[in-house]
Formats: sequence, structure tokens, C-alpha cells
Amino acid sequence: MAAPMLRWCYLGRRWVLACIDGGSRHGRGAAIGFTSSRKRGQSSVAQQPLITAQKSRKGEHKWAAVVGLEIHAQISSNSKLFSGSQVHFAAPPNSLVSFFDASLPGTLPVLNRRCVEAAVMTGLALSCRINKKSLFDRKHYFYADLPAGYQITQQRLPIAVNGSLAYSVCAGKKPSQVITKTVRIKQIQLEQDSGKSLHDELRSQTLIDLNRAGVGLLEVVLEPDMSCGEEAATAVRELQLILQALGTSQANMAEGQLRVDANISVHHPGEPLGVRTEVKNLNSARFLAKAIDSEIERQIHELENGREILNETRSFDYKLGCTMPMRDKEGKQDYRFMPEPNLPPLLLYDTASLPPGADPQQVINIDWIRERLPELPSETREKLVQQYGMLPEHSFALLNEVGLLEFFQNVIKETRAEPKKVTSWVLNIFLGFLKQQNLAVNESPVTPAALAELLSLLDRKAISSSAAKQVFEELWRSKGKTPSQIVSEKRLELMQDEEALERVCHAVMEEHPQVVMDVKRGNSRAINKLIGLVLKATLSRADPTVIKEILEKKLSS
Amino acid sequence: MLGRTLREVSAALKQGQITPTELYQKCLSLIKKTKFLNAYITVSEDVALKQAEDSEKRYKKGHSLGDLDGIPIAVKDNFSTSGIETTCASNMLKGYVPPYNATVVQKLLDQGAILMGKTNLDEFAMGSGSTDGVFGPVKNPWSYSKQYREKRKQKPHGEKEDSNWLITGGSSGGSAAAVAAFTCFAALGSDTGGSTRNPAAHCGVVGFKPSYGLVSRHGLIPLVNSMDVPGILTRCVDDAALVLGVLAGHDPKDSTTVQDPVKPFTLPTLTDVSKLCIGIPKEYLAPELSSEVRSFWSKAANLFESEGAKVIEVSLPHTSYSIVCYHVLCTSEVASNMARFDGLEYGHRCDIDVSTEAMYAATRREGFNDVVRGRILSGNFFLLKENYENYFIKAQKVRRLIANDFVNVFNSGVDVLLTPTTLSDAVPYLEFIKEDNRTRSAQDDIFTQAVNMAGLPAVSVPVALSNQGLPIGLQFIGRAFRDQQLLTIAKWFEKQVQFPVIQLQELMDDCSSVFEIEKLGSVSLKQ
Repeated sequence: MAAPMLRWCYLGRRWVLACIDGGSRHGRGAAIGFTSSRKRGQSSVAQQPLITAQKSRKGEHKWAAVVGLEIHAQISSNSKLFSGSQVHFAAPPNSLVSFFDASLPGTLPVLNRRCVEAAVMTGLALSCRINKKSLFDRKHYFYADLPAGYQITQQRLPIAVNGSLAYSVCAGKKPSQVITKTVRIKQIQLEQDSGKSLHDELRSQTLIDLNRAGVGLLEVVLEPDMSCGEEAATAVRELQLILQALGTSQANMAEGQLRVDANISVHHPGEPLGVRTEVKNLNSARFLAKAIDSEIERQIHELENGREILNETRSFDYKLGCTMPMRDKEGKQDYRFMPEPNLPPLLLYDTASLPPGADPQQVINIDWIRERLPELPSETREKLVQQYGMLPEHSFALLNEVGLLEFFQNVIKETRAEPKKVTSWVLNIFLGFLKQQNLAVNESPVTPAALAELLSLLDRKAISSSAAKQVFEELWRSKGKTPSQIVSEKRLELMQDEEALERVCHAVMEEHPQVVMDVKRGNSRAINKLIGLVLKATLSRADPTVIKEILEKKLSS
Repeated sequence: MLGRTLREVSAALKQGQITPTELYQKCLSLIKKTKFLNAYITVSEDVALKQAEDSEKRYKKGHSLGDLDGIPIAVKDNFSTSGIETTCASNMLKGYVPPYNATVVQKLLDQGAILMGKTNLDEFAMGSGSTDGVFGPVKNPWSYSKQYREKRKQKPHGEKEDSNWLITGGSSGGSAAAVAAFTCFAALGSDTGGSTRNPAAHCGVVGFKPSYGLVSRHGLIPLVNSMDVPGILTRCVDDAALVLGVLAGHDPKDSTTVQDPVKPFTLPTLTDVSKLCIGIPKEYLAPELSSEVRSFWSKAANLFESEGAKVIEVSLPHTSYSIVCYHVLCTSEVASNMARFDGLEYGHRCDIDVSTEAMYAATRREGFNDVVRGRILSGNFFLLKENYENYFIKAQKVRRLIANDFVNVFNSGVDVLLTPTTLSDAVPYLEFIKEDNRTRSAQDDIFTQAVNMAGLPAVSVPVALSNQGLPIGLQFIGRAFRDQQLLTIAKWFEKQVQFPVIQLQELMDDCSSVFEIEKLGSVSLKQ
């Protein structure tokens, strides 16, 4: 079995980080691992997939896995790629279907400008070369949810080519040991989505919903530069963040706005690549890495047992945790590609090539879009590290959860507390509560303003940090109260009366002569026990540093 | 009144000599009397009556919408018409009622035109005879003309009179017959390889194919998207120009239409042709060309020359590859375009429900005739990965060469090309069906189809009657988007030749009063 040698990049670790890592609630902002780069420029050579294999148990063969991805991202647009129908998730079946979407004879495609701009934006963000001329093609196959019998796509000359996507993975035992890797992007093409088939096995019929038919997709083709499930999952996650930052796709996997197919093969390093399989419909963040790794294991297992890998299409059975051949994809498909005759070539311009007097409504200027690109996740993370002295992995964590960065920034704006403190509270306590209750950031009962006030109280030592945690719990439970209200109601403010505190310290020392002896004998840890006891006696209302000072003074006297 | 041109009847409507409903009634009654021609698949009697009444109200208020208001027209049954069955003469679309109008139909209706009905064709416009539709063949009105009958009497044949009727040509034969038999004043056809010009020539009417991109294809059920153009059939060139003025222009629903605005226009009357250069492509002197057509062709050239025009022989060297190239491109697009007819969303669906695949197969077998299925089969063969390069790509390259031939000729100073439209006059149905559809289409399209490859405007103008008393048409081919110039020259030519009016009195003696056939004009090109 090959499992051991792949384990280093296996699922487990990122769940260890779960308290500050994005979890997956209905796939929302689903985490597929975060890692960061300690050093810039420490990236792997993209063209040579990292060899992930270690010695197998027998210590004879090494295996390397090669993974390429085809990612379909639904374009976030009001209307479909070639028709005026609205785009909405979960609308009543067949309520968003134009004559063109239903392929009524005589209807013609009309290209949606917004979709083209989204493709150009995405291409630019992924450092692609934007083709100033691209073409549309028809890809033919019969399927009930493909009304025209063909899909309009960009097979010959896509809108963007030759880009790259940088992502970071854990490289060692500590989560902070990360390296940046790069996967080449072969192309980005515009194409139509299909409708949905709902198979009713009971009545042996298929129901068709064409709401999705004709929605614009960006197909992003990632070269086989990845070598395991986690790399693939992390690359997909980074792409997801980029699409969301650009606003070109909501990229929500649970709503099918981001769908992944993986091409997987294994071989011995130095030898030609093995026969590849395609694992289709990896539409859940949770199973993406798992499916790829289980397929890699399966292939190695097959080969080590003298069997062959078939060039076939498989799907991941999440219940069994392994991939299975797809029955209806048997046999080779010939898509009979043909140029789409109803759409002229798609021409784009830059400022230099813009025809004089061109109607801005009729032309798309690549430079204009480039100048207006929003900040990308990598830049945002870099800024966080620079501005707040944050650890890189914390910057990843902040971006990994939808809305968390904004929450963090709003807290920072309103509090006097140190950014480090804020980071720690947001990533540990706040996110921990969210995870525990399976809530999204925007569903949190605690507002940024409340947390900011709480941290300010903490910062000016009005409350102890353990009291702060109590206040936070109370904030979470009872909406509408301010931290100050809670502090005064629960009498959680720090004891400002030093004499009273001295009396408590004295009493504690009296009651625990053994501990006092330990301190005096040089057991430096014992003082912590005393501090704890004093804290307990003050119901956490005293500042541990002040307690320590008093105790030290008394002990040394 | 029915024998008049569109412009003439439009003037009569404006002057109140006739009302739109009267005109509608006359056309409707003639449609019913000529039902045996099989020119119409659907007669939209009720809708048309409503349109005529609305038009009448407008005239009464003095708010006429223009030259087309109250004019009865017909539309080939491969244009979508909202609320009116649109069949493409195929079982596949029997009973299919589109929810929208083709842009060209909408434009005509917006001008107040009265849609009398949907005309017959070859199934999905695949043919050159209008014989291969599911509703049966269209009969050429000239089969029943005095001119043809008289000539036939001279020759003892012994065959039954009625079994010898002639084809209209196609695939827009229904539209050509409808115009020729006076049941409407203009009709829409479609033209992919000659489907408007060919039947126009056989039926003695004007058949105009505009430049590709000048007129919207939205709502035209496609045969070959990259070559299809809505065609116009009328009784004279001026009428075609009038209809073109209404139809031409950018359509946001068809991305292949030109962006430049097109203004309505009237054709000038050309008096001097001495500055024109007329090209005669030598490759069009095909061995199959009948001597009669050939003779009219050279007479026409002589006519131009005698009036001072420069007439030169030109070469379109890649013409001979046109047919085979067209075959590959046409069938490939057909295979693709027909993929949507799967019985799921609309149209025919078989009773088999074992599986989706079985349903597709049976639906398509039942829905399409042999011609359509044959083209789908060959098209899919050409598009296979292993064949694509050898067939489709090569055909596209040849298409480019063919288009360049025209460019070169026009760049050398030629204004229009003058060619035959068809090899001969119309043949009897029984003769026609001796050959299969493919052979026929290949033969009949040879003069018309290269034009579609190049996207150029072309018009067939009736010239004279053959020895048999049947119409013969000649074709003018113009530069891309110089449709007006082309029609201006065609109009001059039309005036010179004075093509005779079809005489259908014998056939419809009881309704002869509806014809106000003017005196036969002199036929200046008489043999």
C-alpha cells in the first residue's frame, strides 16, 4: 500500500489548525488548508511536479503522482452567457429559461459583455496572456440537459492562456513551515453551463431543469503540476479566494458555482507519465483532497499488483471514500468540435489598439480592466503581515473565512488594543465560537464594535483577560448588551484597591504555607500557583501582573 | 388588382381604390382556388383578417404605416411566426407553434403587412425542387399557364395533362409559387445555396439574396448559419428593394448582422449603363447548361454591350470546387444544427420511453426524412476528430479561395457579374424525381451557391420564356454590401427585357376578373 508515503500531505494536519482555520459549514468558506510562505520567492519549480513519493514499505519502488485540474467557475453575472435570462441559484425549476436557453429553433446567441469582462479580469489576476482575438466553438454531445445538443465553448482559441497560480502548502511538522508553489494555468475559456437532470428512479423518469442552462462558466485549466490531494485542494482554495476577491464568481462549491475535475496519474520518477484517469465532479471542498489521494492510492495499488490503469472517467463515492468508474462515460466520446458560426470572433483591445472613436459600450479595453483590478488575496495577506506584524499563517486564516477579514479590520478600527491581541482574539476565541455553533461571520451575535470595546477594556487593564473571556461569553449569549454593561452587572472590573488586594494576597499566603516555602526554596513555578489562588479568591477581578508584584514584594520581605 | 406589383397596389391602397380587407379577400380566395399548387402549408386566414382590419382602420384615420401597410405577404415555413405553426415541412416540427417572431417577420408586421400564410419548402430547406417536404411537392403555376399549355399542344405527348406538372425549384418553391400565382405581393424565402434565386427563376419572379449580415437571421430556422440569408421574392426589382429597405439593418439578436445603420431607399432609375463593367465568369459556361439559357445569357451580355457597358470575360478559377466544398460545410453545420431536435423541448416525440437514448433515436428517425438524416450522417462523419482536418478545414480553406475569386474580380473593376441562375427552365416533377435529392441539389446549385460561400448579394431576374413557354432567369452578383447598386442594375435590365406576365385565365376562368393582366409587353430578348 502506498498510503504511508503520501501521508505527509494528507488531510489530517489542517484540521489540527481548525481553531483558527476555516472549517466547512455547508462548504461556506470551506477550508481546504491554509499555509503560508515564510520567505518570498521560495517556490517550487512549476514544470516539475514535486516528487511526493517516499520509500514504500518494501523500500523498492518510488511513486510520484501527477495531478492536473479542470475547474469550472460559474460567472457571477445578472444574466446568462448568451441570453438575457436571469441567473439565480435555487429559483423554481425552469423559471429562468429564455427561448435561446431552451434551444428553440432560429434563436441565436448574443454574447454577454459582463461575462467577457469577468474572464478578462480573472485572466489578468492569474497573470495570463489575454488573447485579443478569441473564438467560440460548438462541442457536441447528446444529453437531456443540453438542449441544443452542443455546448458553446472556446476550444481552439480561448480568451486567456499561459498564466500561473501561486499557493502555499505545509512543508514540515510545524504549520508555520510553508512553501509557495506555482501551478501553471494552461487556459481560461468562456463556455455555457448545462441544465440539471433529476433522475427519478422510482418512476424511471428524468426531469430537466434548464435554469442553469446557458449560465456563463469560466473553465480554468491547471497544468498537471500538482502531486497530491492537498496541493490540489489548496490551489483550488486559492483560486476560489481570487475569484471571490475579483467578484467574477461567488465560487461557492455547495451551490455548484465551483466544480472541479481532476486528471490523475502515477509513475516512477524519471519514467514517462502513467495512464491517467479523470475523476469528475469533485464538488465538495471536503472531499476534493480525499478523492484525489484515494485515486492515487488506488492507481499505485493496481500497478503494484500487476494490473493496468485504464484511461477512464471516474467519480468519487464519498460514502465508500473511493473512486468508481462512471457507467455512462464508457467508451470514447468524439465531441465533433466545430466553429460556432453565429458568433463573430471576440475582439478585445488595449489602449494602444483601441480604434479611435470607438463606442465604449461596444469595445472592451484590457488596460482599463487591469487598472481597476481589486486587491488580490496574496496582496491582502502581504499587507496584513506588513501592517500588523502578523504571522503569515494568521493572514491566511483571516482570509479563509468569508467576512472574517472585514470583521477583523472593523475591530482594529475601533479598539485601542494591539493588533496582535486583536488577531489572537479574532482567530482563537471569536472563530472558535463560530465553529462550535456552526455560524458564519455575518451570523455572529457579537459585533465588531462590541469586541473592539471589550478589547479596549482589556487593554487599559479595566478587566483581566479571564474576565474578558467571561464578558465575551456573555456577549455571545445576550445580544444587545455592551461589554461595559456586562462588566458592571457582573462586577468583573479589576480590583483597583491595592490595599484590599494586598490583604487577599496576605490571606492566601497564610493559608498555603507549603507553597510559600516552595517559592522561597527557589521553585519559580510555585509563584504561579499562588497567583492562581489569589485570582480565584478575587473572582478573577485582579490583574495577575499586579498580584505577582505584590506577592514578590511580600515573599522577598 | 392582384396582377399588380407591390408598389402599384400600395399606391392603390393609398388612393382608396381598394381597401386592405378587399385585397385580403381577393388574395385569400385565390389561395383557396390555387390550393392544388400546394404553395402554402398554413394559411393564417384569421390572423390575416385581423391584420387587414387593423390596417383598414389605419387607412381610414389616415395613419398608414407606410408602403407595406395592408399588403398581403407570405413567409416560408422555416421562419418563426409567433402563434402560427412553423413546420419546416418536417414531421419533426409538425404542430410546433413558436412563441416569437423572426426579426424579418416582425419588421414586416410592424410595417402593417398582412401575413397570408406560411409557404411550402423542402424539408428544412434541404433541396432544390420543393419536392421533398412532408406536405408534398409544390407545383409550378406556369404548368397551368396559357403560355406553357399552348406550346405543349403543339407537341403530341399522349400523357395525361395533369401528370406533367412542373417543379418550382427550391427550396423556397412555395414562396415563389405564391408570388407567381398572385396570391401575395411579396414573399420571404431563405437562401443558403440558391434556394430563393432558383425557384424565382423557374417561376418567373424576382428572387433576391441580400449580402450576408445585412438582414437578420434571428428566427430563421437554420440550414447553414454561415451561409443562410433571408431571401425576398417579388414581381419586380423595385418591390424587392422596397422590402429590403424594411428588412435590412443591425439586429441586436443576430451578432452577425452589420453594425452600420441602413437607411430606407428607393432605387434610382438608371438611364446610362455606359460606365458599368459587367463580368461574365467563364467557368459558368457549364456543359450541362441548356442552349436556351446560354443563348439568353449571351443576349443579355450583348444588350449591356450595345448600351455602352463594358462587358468582359472574367475568371473565378475555384468555381468547380464549390459544390463539393459546400457539401462538406453544409452537412457539417446541418449535423450540428439538427442536434437540438431530440424530442425533449418541442416538436415531435416518439412513444418509446425505454431510455432517453432510445427516445432520441426513434424520435429523430421518425421526425426527419432521408435527405435530412443523410446530411446529418455525412456531417457528423466530416466533423469526427480524425476527419476534421481533411474535410472541414480543407473545405473552409477552399471556401476562402472561392470568396477571394470574387474579391479579385471585383477589385479588377467589375461592378456586377452576369450569370445564368439555373441550367434550364423548370422540369416536370416526374423527370425531376428520377435523380435523388443530393444529385439534384449538386446540379441545380452550381450557379448560385458560390455566392453564399462569399456572402455576396445576388438577384435572379426573369428574362424571357423558353421554347416551352417557361420562364428563364438570369443572375446578377454584386459586391458585398453593394446591394443597392446591384438592384439598380437589375432594375435597368428588367425594364429592357419586359418579361411577360403569366397568363392563368384558362386555369381559373371563373376568377379571371381578379386579374387585370396588362397587355403583353414586347419581349426584346425573344429568340
